[in-house]
Amino acid sequence: MKQAIGSAAQQEHGMWYAHRFLILRRLSQSLIILLFLLGPVFGIWIMRGNLASSTVFDTVPLSDPYVFAQLLFAGHIPEANAIIGVSIVLAFYFFVGGRAYCSWVCPINMVTDLAAWLRRKLGINAHTNIPKRLRLVILAATLLVPLVISIVVWELINPVSMINRAIVFGIGYGWLVLVAIFLLDFAVVRNGWCGHICPMGAFYGLIGKVRLTKVTAVNREQCNNCGDCYMVCPEPQVLKPPLKDAKEGVSPVINDSDCTNCGRCIDVCAPDVFKITISSN
Amino acid sequence: MARKPVKKTRRQFMVNTAQAACSVGVVSSLIGGYAANSSASDAQALRPPGALPTQDFLSACSRCGLCVQACPYDTLKLASWLDNAPNGTPVFDARKTPCEMCDDIPCVPACPTGALDPELTNIDDAKMGIAVIVDRESCLNLNGLRCDICYRVCPLLGKAITLERRQNPRIDYHAILEPVVHADFCTGCGKCEHACITEEPAIKILPVDLAKGKIQDHYQLYWQTDQAKELEAGPDLPKLNIAKPESK
Repeated sequence: MKQAIGSAAQQEHGMWYAHRFLILRRLSQSLIILLFLLGPVFGIWIMRGNLASSTVFDTVPLSDPYVFAQLLFAGHIPEANAIIGVSIVLAFYFFVGGRAYCSWVCPINMVTDLAAWLRRKLGINAHTNIPKRLRLVILAATLLVPLVISIVVWELINPVSMINRAIVFGIGYGWLVLVAIFLLDFAVVRNGWCGHICPMGAFYGLIGKVRLTKVTAVNREQCNNCGDCYMVCPEPQVLKPPLKDAKEGVSPVINDSDCTNCGRCIDVCAPDVFKITISSN
Repeated sequence: MARKPVKKTRRQFMVNTAQAACSVGVVSSLIGGYAANSSASDAQALRPPGALPTQDFLSACSRCGLCVQACPYDTLKLASWLDNAPNGTPVFDARKTPCEMCDDIPCVPACPTGALDPELTNIDDAKMGIAVIVDRESCLNLNGLRCDICYRVCPLLGKAITLERRQNPRIDYHAILEPVVHADFCTGCGKCEHACITEEPAIKILPVDLAKGKIQDHYQLYWQTDQAKELEAGPDLPKLNIAKPESK
């Protein structure tokens, strides 16, 4: 009988070690929410604003590059503060990888991970095939439309921003969007939101084409074909070439910028095939 | 990169490109239509001081809420999905919490993108909206009572709202003191709407676009012409006694 996903790694390394990246990510995501909540709830102003734009200790500005790009395409040249903020954020993601935003920062990730986990637990295979390119199409549209009508468009409906605002400024109707995304991922499309639709993730993927931190299948010859990494990976198409195409001379480094550096493949691998590595292309 | 090279014919390439372009078109028209529709609701939104005109504001605001958190009186809120303003943008409800018109205008420098104009340094120059007596029939002063509350709470006392004496036609020997708003001075802070004692306020803050009319440029108001000014200043002629509101 097939063992539960990741149980081999748990037997090999212990419960905690086999979840180390997952735990670190949940800590990172919670910490970010907490930092933004400390101000409004307890009056401790470490961070002001939200993920779109914020200030740290009222001095260091941070701005989201995708939101910033939408402003630019809508014809607004933002103040120096926003430009500095975007530069800092871009430099950060150059080091940690663009889509690290998706798995370590974005609040939606907890919902989509929950949906994916429930799917695996309950053995739900329902999946409607929509192309992963769709997110690039939506990304293009969210930059093209502002160019034409000079209004920032995606931020009217961007669930990522909406949830973030809802958490910091009061939940309002934000939970409706969470339900919608959960249902999509749970029963309609596998990894539907993050893997197919979200233009924010697509944007961070494009940024992440150049990045230093990557997951590498350093011990790929040790792979015992258990398939656990494919099962937990939110973008499983990035795994196969570096893992399996050694004969074709493919590098063991996961260079595909769809990889979110979430590290779940490292967690669930009993023979320790994967590692986080620092490497340029 | 690892994927096996796929042979593509030129035809296939054209088809793929056309498909991608059309997909972008489909999504664009859907979200574009929604955006255009939703930005129309902006006409009803009262914005923080220094907010750029509607179209510019909607291209400049990143919906970060830094202005909201900078407001010491919790006046500003970020609009949620079902509010009468585009999602996530800062608004205030004058009836609930008006703008206190802080001298240092903390919300403006908090804005990282310039959606709130950093050139606004004197709060008296703000134009968040304009107070309008929306219902003359329910205004107590216009019914001959001495409420005067809108006049008295106005931060630009005696300038943005004046009380003009009118004859009360119902009782010939009593006066009506009519509150009259002067748009040149009104900042749209909303103190009057907040204070109005009627169940539904008889005076409301409307966004400038809704509150103001506009005379065509070819109309010449004689008291604004150079000739009238000369006449008024001229030494030989009797002074024209012109009734007019104070202007900036």
